[in-house]
Amino acid sequence: MTVHPNFSDSSRYAAYTTGEPIADTKAPSGPVHERWDRRRFEAKLVNPANRRRHTVIVVGTGLAGGSAGATLAEQGYKVIQFCYQDSPRRAHSIAAQGGINAAKNYRNDGDSIQRLFYDTVKGGDFRARESNVHRLAQISVEIIDQCVAQGVPFAREYGGLLDTRSFGGVQVSRTFYARGQTGQQLLLGAYQALSRQIAAGNVEMHARTEMLDLIVVDGRARGIVARDLVTGRIDTYVADAVVLATGGYGNVFYLSTNAMNSNATAIWRAHRRGAYFGNPCFTQIHPTCIPRTGDHQSKLTLMSESLRNDGRIWVPKAKGDHRPPNEIPEQERDYYLERLYPSFGNLVPRDIASRAAKNVCDEGRGVGPGGQGVYLDFADAIRRLGRKKVEEKYGNLFEMYERITAENPYEVPMRIYPAVHYTMGGLWVDYDLQTTVPGLFAIGEANFSDHGANRLGASALMQGLADGYFVLPATLNDYLARHPHSDAIGPDHPVVQEVVAETEDRLNLLLAVDGDRTPDSFHREIGELMWEYCGMARNEAGLRKALERIPQIREEFWRRVKVPGTGEELNQSLEKANRIVDYLELAELMCLDALHRTESCGGHFREESQTPDGEAARKDDAFSYVAAWEFTGTGSAPVLHKEDLVFEYVHPTQRSYA
Amino acid sequence: MARTVWDSTVGKKAVMAVSGLIMLLYLIAHMIGNLKIFFGAGEFDHYAHWLRTVGEPFMHYEWTLWLIRVVLAAAVVAHAVSAYQLSRLDLRARPRTYVHKRPRAGYATRTMRWGGVILGLFLVWHLLDLTAGTVHPGTFRPGHPYRNVVSDFSHWYSNVVYIAAMLALGLHIRHGFWSAAQTLGAGSRTRDRALKTVANVLALLLTAGFVAVPVGVMTGVVS
Amino acid sequence: MKLTLRVWRQKNAGAEGHMSTYEVDGISPDMSFLEMLDTLNERLILQGEEPVAFDHDCREGICGACSLVINGEAHGPERTTTCQLHMRSFEDGDVIDVEPWRAAAFPVIKDLVVDRSAFDRIIQAGGYITAPTGSAPEAHATPVPKADADYAFEHAECIGCGACVAACPNGAAMLFTSAKVNHLNVLPQGAPERETRVLDMVAQMDAEGFGGCTLTGECATACPKGIPLTSITHMNKEWLRATRKAARR
Repeated sequence: MTVHPNFSDSSRYAAYTTGEPIADTKAPSGPVHERWDRRRFEAKLVNPANRRRHTVIVVGTGLAGGSAGATLAEQGYKVIQFCYQDSPRRAHSIAAQGGINAAKNYRNDGDSIQRLFYDTVKGGDFRARESNVHRLAQISVEIIDQCVAQGVPFAREYGGLLDTRSFGGVQVSRTFYARGQTGQQLLLGAYQALSRQIAAGNVEMHARTEMLDLIVVDGRARGIVARDLVTGRIDTYVADAVVLATGGYGNVFYLSTNAMNSNATAIWRAHRRGAYFGNPCFTQIHPTCIPRTGDHQSKLTLMSESLRNDGRIWVPKAKGDHRPPNEIPEQERDYYLERLYPSFGNLVPRDIASRAAKNVCDEGRGVGPGGQGVYLDFADAIRRLGRKKVEEKYGNLFEMYERITAENPYEVPMRIYPAVHYTMGGLWVDYDLQTTVPGLFAIGEANFSDHGANRLGASALMQGLADGYFVLPATLNDYLARHPHSDAIGPDHPVVQEVVAETEDRLNLLLAVDGDRTPDSFHREIGELMWEYCGMARNEAGLRKALERIPQIREEFWRRVKVPGTGEELNQSLEKANRIVDYLELAELMCLDALHRTESCGGHFREESQTPDGEAARKDDAFSYVAAWEFTGTGSAPVLHKEDLVFEYVHPTQRSYA
Repeated sequence: MARTVWDSTVGKKAVMAVSGLIMLLYLIAHMIGNLKIFFGAGEFDHYAHWLRTVGEPFMHYEWTLWLIRVVLAAAVVAHAVSAYQLSRLDLRARPRTYVHKRPRAGYATRTMRWGGVILGLFLVWHLLDLTAGTVHPGTFRPGHPYRNVVSDFSHWYSNVVYIAAMLALGLHIRHGFWSAAQTLGAGSRTRDRALKTVANVLALLLTAGFVAVPVGVMTGVVS
Repeated sequence: MKLTLRVWRQKNAGAEGHMSTYEVDGISPDMSFLEMLDTLNERLILQGEEPVAFDHDCREGICGACSLVINGEAHGPERTTTCQLHMRSFEDGDVIDVEPWRAAAFPVIKDLVVDRSAFDRIIQAGGYITAPTGSAPEAHATPVPKADADYAFEHAECIGCGACVAACPNGAAMLFTSAKVNHLNVLPQGAPERETRVLDMVAQMDAEGFGGCTLTGECATACPKGIPLTSITHMNKEWLRATRKAARR
């Protein structure tokens, strides 16, 4: 066997070195609003007649992957696409509720591409690239056009025009929505476009197939190793370029709003093969989730942020006030967001709302079981708008809440608590969405690019679709045009054989341990550790403790895990265990990144770095950069490459939502 | 077009719906004709004779009647063949049942298949009994329908068979009429209640109308 | 709570299956049905037995992966998905039967996992609007009456779970197919392919081996998203209209 899981002590891992800074992100120079046009114009094109000869692998079928696969196939490329679900329609983008931003300015409320650009850079706490964010804002308007043309049933007004609503962190109404199921509707649009290409024979779709490793030949990404989850067969697929659209890694925390099978294996394996990992510690904790009910909890359910438009968040003023909410008089309630941030009130960005909830709960004023919750109250909205109107806007969310908690939110205020929701970090990509492995692209949540240290609501759908429909198809074209002749590589190529052997060995090793703990028990353990020390607030002591524990858990995992069954069949325990292998490494990098970034910014709150009144204190002089980490081996210190962030248009200020 | 319709489950259902509605229209006329028995032998026999002379002098004697018979026979065959083929398809599509059984759908819905078979068998018996006269329990006299009906329903088993079949007919129409409307795309959320009411009224009227005859004979109102 | 589960176990597509009985204890009413199965599986793994395989992913009622027939009902006694069914819907001491979707077009892969790729092929046959990226007109160029937009949305809500097929005594996929046909056919953007869409999708549905519709209404009762039975009626109308128009051409 060639796999020798490497164990090490934390001090060795934490002693990272700093390598060459990243000088060129390939963003064109010139005025920011002309850069995307320039990039497209300068891109080389592949002759339409030659496109059929190029094969592109797309892993994942969410908003980013689905839209990319469909668009590349429409352009004439041969696409091989993968998803672990039984159908491409089930990717977790489907669960996004609230909406999608676009600078259409249909409301005439002062919105513009410039404002969306500004809001997103500011919302990301000045840790995103201006060039990327501006491009995103520009493309946002085309996305809405595209989706409407596909038949996405956005909410409309009586005149037949599109309706919009406002979302956290902004003061204009630019969020397009389809009740509480915007992600579902957008995903079905992409899925339908993809289905058309599958039927046309332009996309070879492999459902229930999971990517387990990346094949890099002569320094270029040339294919993947994947496991057919039904038969257990390990297959290799080769192509001229590989696109990862495999989503985020929030499931490192065990409990998150991600789907149960969402995982980090594709991006982590790519990282191990040379792709740098950008800002791994930037995770978003969403403020409005349903609190957990007990140890059996397998996942957390988000309630759309749009609820904060009309719901008011409060806790009792007094500690340990256990009266039922309806018996607490108005003057004994603390509407703390409205008190602390009068101009944004309940609509402050997610990181701020989440931390404020944590603070009041830490003070002992939390509500519900274990004091881990705050009220989200619709009594005022129902009084003001009438129950019917509230039902129209949020009916399905209220139903969902009642189904899970058995409490009726029309009568009793909802209880909410923050939960891990989204990862701003991901594979480092340049302006072309290409990773540091040539030919390997990462799109959607899988990359780190556009949201900086905090993502604004309704921006994930925008980014996923921008990447898939518009950005990648243009930049991938350029890459393929510049690398027109790939040598064919077959299954007997030494690199392919080596990667396949490593994959098979890893799975066999997992089956061979035959220990006394279930895979889930390890997942739970690493998740709790990460939530405790790398969650909503982080400090040096905690992070060092986590860095000490993780290698121990990893060592124990390889000694004690028990995976029943064989590799030659549908084996969900094996799938799970193999994903945990990667979480146990990724968690370490997240903690190290959090440890090294001794500032507070966005979703990353370092307790050592706060203002006297407890707000996050950013340190622009020291940390205005993207941390791109290079892998050097399991448990061995990674190399940090810094990409300096330059702000020419939106000048960093301490964010204020007061 | 015929090919598309016949090859598709949706099309075949449309064939069933149209043929069923043709039979339903006929049954309404048939029932109204039957009720003439309460106005005496003269009127009833006269009506029966008229059926053979309708359309004269343009049509020859019995031509119209045969035309109706041909249309009806075609409807019966189309209805039965579609039903048979669809049923086979349905059973093949669901080869395995659940271990945990629970009652499903309404009674009228569940009895469509076997109800249809019963009605088919009844139809054969009914034709042999009162049209051909071969299985008629008493002496069958061609051209004297009133006498034939009275003698028929003077036998208990004729009554049992007939009344049972008419109850089955009622159930069949109850789901069938509503179902045909859905199949032909005539249903909607607002019209659903109206369609169900019409289906129930039709089922009730036809059953009552047809059953009135044997009951009339049994009670001596018709003799 | 303490419960007795009788679960369908089947090694693979070719193997014979059977119902196996398991006792589970310490079940909280706040658990979801799948969390209850997680509890059972954790125990089975430690006992060296193979855990029960079942499809699941988002666990918030929207991805459509979960697919269990519980006590003879698709998704169990509440009108929701299996993942959103909570144990408070059961009583201490209950015996619960858990089976996979049953339909010829949904062959069992293992235990409670079935192959629903037939649904994907129905969509591939025409469940889309041809609008290649980049070709879209300005979104406000074509207003859509609110009633039509709402109608489209109500049908677009289908999550493709297959409960309609599982509940139908004929294993028919009419509710699934009609939901997509109606979603796209009512919109002005869907008009150019209105006829081919319904004809091709119905033809594919038949080719996959789904049964015909006898309007028992079981599908609409089982649908966790409340797609109404009239959806089928409207598709029938679309189909007949398309057939007439195709004949005239």
